[in-house]
Amino acid sequence: MNHIEAIGHQLAEVIKGYDADYIEAHLEQSQTSRITYRGRDLESIGKATASGGNVRAMVRGGWGFVSFNNLDELPAKVEMAVKQAQFVGNEESKLASVEPVVDIVPSEINRNPVNIPLAEKKKILDEYNDIIWHTPKLQTSIIGYGDSHRKLIFANSLGSYIEQERMDITLRLTAIAIDGSEVQQAGLSLGSSGDFSLIQGLHHQVEQMSHNAVELLSAPQVKGGEYTVVLDPVLAGVFTHEAFGHLSESDFVYENDRLREIMVLGKKFGSTELNIVDGAAVPGLRGSYKYDDEGVPATKTYLIREGKLVGRLHSRETAAKMGEKPTGNARAINYRYPPIVRMTNTYIEPGSVSFEDIIGDIKEGVYAKNWYGGTTSMEMFTFSAGEAYMIRNGKVAEAIRPVVLTGNVFATLKNIDTIGNDLEMNQGGGCGKGGQVPLPVSNGSPHIRIRHCLVGGG
Amino acid sequence: MENILAQAKKVAEEAEVFMVSSEEIPVQFEANRLKHIQSKQSRSLALRIIKQGKIGYSATTELGDIQRLVNNAVETAQFGTPSKFDFPPPTSYPRIEVFDPNIESVSLEEMVRLGEELITIVREHTPEIVCEAGVHKSVTSVRIINSRGGQVNYGISTFSLSIEGSLIRDTDMLFVGESESSCHPISGSKAVAETVIQQLELAKNQASVPSQPLPVIFTPNGIASALILPLMVAFNGKTVMEGASPIGNRLGQPVFDQKLRLWDDPTIDYRPESRPSDDEGVPSQRTPLIEQGIVANFIYDLQTAALARTRSTGNGSRNRGGLPSPSPSAFIIAPGNTTFDEMVNDIKEGLIIEQLMGAEQGNILGGDFSGNVLLGYKVESGKIVGRVKDTMVSGNVYQLLNQITAIGSDAKWVGGFLQTPHIYFPSVAIASK
Repeated sequence: MNHIEAIGHQLAEVIKGYDADYIEAHLEQSQTSRITYRGRDLESIGKATASGGNVRAMVRGGWGFVSFNNLDELPAKVEMAVKQAQFVGNEESKLASVEPVVDIVPSEINRNPVNIPLAEKKKILDEYNDIIWHTPKLQTSIIGYGDSHRKLIFANSLGSYIEQERMDITLRLTAIAIDGSEVQQAGLSLGSSGDFSLIQGLHHQVEQMSHNAVELLSAPQVKGGEYTVVLDPVLAGVFTHEAFGHLSESDFVYENDRLREIMVLGKKFGSTELNIVDGAAVPGLRGSYKYDDEGVPATKTYLIREGKLVGRLHSRETAAKMGEKPTGNARAINYRYPPIVRMTNTYIEPGSVSFEDIIGDIKEGVYAKNWYGGTTSMEMFTFSAGEAYMIRNGKVAEAIRPVVLTGNVFATLKNIDTIGNDLEMNQGGGCGKGGQVPLPVSNGSPHIRIRHCLVGGG
Repeated sequence: MENILAQAKKVAEEAEVFMVSSEEIPVQFEANRLKHIQSKQSRSLALRIIKQGKIGYSATTELGDIQRLVNNAVETAQFGTPSKFDFPPPTSYPRIEVFDPNIESVSLEEMVRLGEELITIVREHTPEIVCEAGVHKSVTSVRIINSRGGQVNYGISTFSLSIEGSLIRDTDMLFVGESESSCHPISGSKAVAETVIQQLELAKNQASVPSQPLPVIFTPNGIASALILPLMVAFNGKTVMEGASPIGNRLGQPVFDQKLRLWDDPTIDYRPESRPSDDEGVPSQRTPLIEQGIVANFIYDLQTAALARTRSTGNGSRNRGGLPSPSPSAFIIAPGNTTFDEMVNDIKEGLIIEQLMGAEQGNILGGDFSGNVLLGYKVESGKIVGRVKDTMVSGNVYQLLNQITAIGSDAKWVGGFLQTPHIYFPSVAIASK
């Protein structure tokens, strides 16, 4: 169907003729498929198609936004967005200037995952589920697979017109082990920007995950308190995203004078080995794209360089208000929402220390692995490991129940005293903010060591 | 819709068409000022078929493309789960009022005024606070028809008011917040503002807690943030059927403190989570879950109920058109007879938990929780002395709810999905810096 492109070109013309400081329009056409298993059998399978769009207008600093599925009567929708913006606006509109772009960006993936036969998808999921079910003491499993293909059209009143094609795949497997009234679980989250082969051949990892769930049944709980904690690349990536990344999103900062004082560029946040990056221009990951949802080209942004705060993530509005350059980080989960400042691919750059050396001089500590969840309130963060072990006398020792780690972001960043040499990216996460969840992102890190980290126990 | 049903019946034994359409208007304030007005019009159409005994499913927003919708459903049915249920035949539904036509006439000006008034009251108390606020209204219509002649058609209106304030001093950050929702328009912001002002008052001073088990009062917000999700999962008939619920084989047995009574209730007039029917056309009912500490029921949709050889409790939920699965409507915890002041008076040294951050990322199935106190207060000798920070609270929901010191007399709605009083526990593990 080329229908949506035709509507896109029409809309691009319509938005030029209004009394507004700025107007942009998004159109989207998507196909998705989902397969879930709960227990031994497939639970649900479905396919969906959707099309819709939105118009966003800015007048004197105020925003109006109209979203819709019905693609008829578009001028009336543009008018409504402009009226809303006029109603809100009472200052000067500020948007960082960006060159208008006309571009068509096809996906780099040749094979649209939504069109892969359901039988092929089911076969691989059946194999993984069999592995889980062949593990003794395992009670049940939950598997969720989803894929999407989206065609996105962006146009603005400055003359930009961009068509982008994006694909996404996610797979989450959970194994649940039960012994009496004890219930424990282990999970595996994976994703890719459309490459189906990345979720194939995971049999060994699925087997390992299943054994982990069973092992947890007999694992003791750590005594709550302060420990030296070593994070594996997956969990350290989540830490980077949750604890620091969200603070770098300028929409939290730009109208909050006190937060601006805290997040002053040049301020020291960590040791000189610490470098943190975010960027959709880093290719081939779930947070990668060529243009963001305001038509701004993607970049790679250093947030922390040699321990100092050197950058932050912007939309056009936050960049203008803070007198900085736009970074191409305005993203919307779909056409029902306006773009807001989001992360893309966020990671700690690798240092030079091997894992053995990181744990070598720890007498008693905690080795926390794998992602389970995480959240932040800017100053404080909590994140939970999917797997944890004690470190004793420089060696990884007995398994313990999964731990929740918490702390003050600023103190914790300063307490990172060693950065490993083994960067890995995790593509299984989805980020939530402002009701827009799950947005495809990736995050990563090498192994890192944190001194004086508060660990919650029983 | 009738057309889609007719097309589907040509290729499948049974079929059901579900349509939801809505118009929402969120008005948003950022950094104390009006920032965004939005209008969101959406619709979604879902087709569920039973073909050769198997369930097929597809959804779309494009009303014109019926053939693709039917084809997708047929394709998925080849791999679908065997159907164990029948679509509900024509039946009568309870009369539950969830639509107030006055919502439609609330003007943008009034919505803006309400948000401005809320922020003004809070800032008169604490001028340096930075507030995000939202005033939101929506009108949604739901229609279901199926091949057995079953039909549901209703409209629901909602209105909500919410505020989150942050107060930053050096690198110390305090977060306060409150919200209110109804199917009626909300006309004043005073109740929400007063709660926030009380939070700010109680958090004025800081206090420290030792790392040891202490008596803890969970406020209604505290219960919502830490204790309720494990119960919602454990009472879900699907979790029970899989053998993954810790209370799945305890039906009729005392598992909780006998003071505890909990039920699921979508039948309360003018509550945003209420409705005459669930998303499969099963009439709404009030379902007791815990009676005097005894596990009384689990919640079911049609398919799960059939597999478990029981009846649907009218909890089939589709989240705007997905495949149905059991989901609570609103959990209600019955009030007790102890006032909040009496609870505080009873504590020599303890905590009040208003918001626990990250509590829901642990072993939810097992009932373990562990979270950082985002907003909580220290109690010393019967007095609230200040806010606590850098403190982890952890425990197990089943152990806690099996020994309750007192249940409050003051039930309150939290986030639309829970009505609960304060609950006071004798001993909860605390780890502090």
